[in-house]
Amino acid sequence: SKISVVHCFYFRGGAELLFDGVKKHQVTLPCQPEPWDIRNLLKWIKQNMLKERPELFLQGESVRPGILVLINEADWELMGELDYKLQDQDNVLFISTLHGG
Amino acid sequence: PGDRPCPRSQPRTCMKCGQSTAALVIRVGDPFCRGCFREYFVHKFRAMLGKNRVIFPGEKVLLAVSGGPASSAMVRQVQEGLSREAAKRLRFIPGLVYVEEGAVRRQSPEQRQQTLAQMETLLQATGFPYHLVHLEEALELPPSILQPGRASTSSPSGPSYKEAVDSFIQQQRQDGDSGTSLPGHSTPDAAAGATPCLPDAAQTQELLPSFEAAATATAREELLEMLRTHLIVQTARDKGYAKVMMGESLTRVAIKLLTNLSLGRGAYLAVDTGFTDQRHGDVMVVRPMRDYTAKEIAFYNRFFSVPTVTVPPLFTKRREKLSIHQLVERFLLGLQEEFPSTISTVYRTGEKLSPEPAKASSESHRCLLCLCGLDTFGGEWRGHWG
Repeated sequence: SKISVVHCFYFRGGAELLFDGVKKHQVTLPCQPEPWDIRNLLKWIKQNMLKERPELFLQGESVRPGILVLINEADWELMGELDYKLQDQDNVLFISTLHGG
Repeated sequence: PGDRPCPRSQPRTCMKCGQSTAALVIRVGDPFCRGCFREYFVHKFRAMLGKNRVIFPGEKVLLAVSGGPASSAMVRQVQEGLSREAAKRLRFIPGLVYVEEGAVRRQSPEQRQQTLAQMETLLQATGFPYHLVHLEEALELPPSILQPGRASTSSPSGPSYKEAVDSFIQQQRQDGDSGTSLPGHSTPDAAAGATPCLPDAAQTQELLPSFEAAATATAREELLEMLRTHLIVQTARDKGYAKVMMGESLTRVAIKLLTNLSLGRGAYLAVDTGFTDQRHGDVMVVRPMRDYTAKEIAFYNRFFSVPTVTVPPLFTKRREKLSIHQLVERFLLGLQEEFPSTISTVYRTGEKLSPEPAKASSESHRCLLCLCGLDTFGGEWRGHWG
């Protein structure tokens, strides 16, 4: 079954340029044998959405230090971070707290 | 790591009230619900001002606003504090200042206008008087900005904080406690005109060479900060404010501490990062947000809809190395991932530094640019400078 996940990417400091300047993206993730957790979501974002300079958003298999992740308006630290299993209609928000670049 | 809480199936409870579902983790592993987080955030601001006791009742305080998350959260805290019940109400008179820096942030005139319009909306919504300043106006700063001013009203023989609060409360009772009088509507600086306008292109062209001449990204960042501070302090002087509030967060203060250490400013870490900064003499700079992490501020702004305006970063040249500021930010934030007390440790170490009043006996012993006392005694330079 497909999972429809709404992403809102919100950045300060001009990093929304990494996503064509668009702050909110609504995405439907395709079926796949691996579970859709945040780890795989980030891989998917890197392959399908990041137009340039992935190192400004990602580091290793996680987000770059200084970027906060909220799942359904809650700190991802409470939800298992990369291990959190996405559910239909989940909302994932990325807030950058970095200064410039 | 293996001790992380399980996702969703076991939502965690707020450690403060023990009832509501936690919405975020503060510090190292403290889950808070929205309600308790809000109380914590608001209380911290009041406690910061209460502990330091430098803002006197009825005094005019200029809030430096950048549109960024920390200064925007700071404005919200002032609004919250002023609207509280009489007993716990903040009692100063705020004004706002915004320095428009589009000239050095690669913004076209249209983009600068758009940013200005967004900022004006934000500023007007507060109801406080506000002042818009363009970075280009730094070219018109008087030479007096390079010297500390004479503190005219607050002298050592003036009332103590407690005396000032007591007499203010007495006065309020006599006046029937009408509360701190605020202007009925937001009044822009008279010189700004009905709609904000940009400086002449000629002025912008006069400003840019200084920034272009900066040999490194580090020097450029320092130049921007210096000019911005000068413009804010000058605005405070022109409009009769003896206090300025800057929105530097704990995260920013920790980064600044290590950055400034790398820049050779070790002797001035206390004044550069402390709660109070008195180098300008008649205008005192305070940093009431220095106890809030960038994460706390971001969550607060999200949960409680604090408006912000994003601007692009300071321009950099092609293939230029990162500034020391950016490198230190990366270093600290990276270390923080694995060692979550990194930033607070740096911050707390900084707290132990006490400002050493500049022992400069005459004006010639202060740096012209940063107004700190020169620490050049001893060593090879002694006797070589007039």
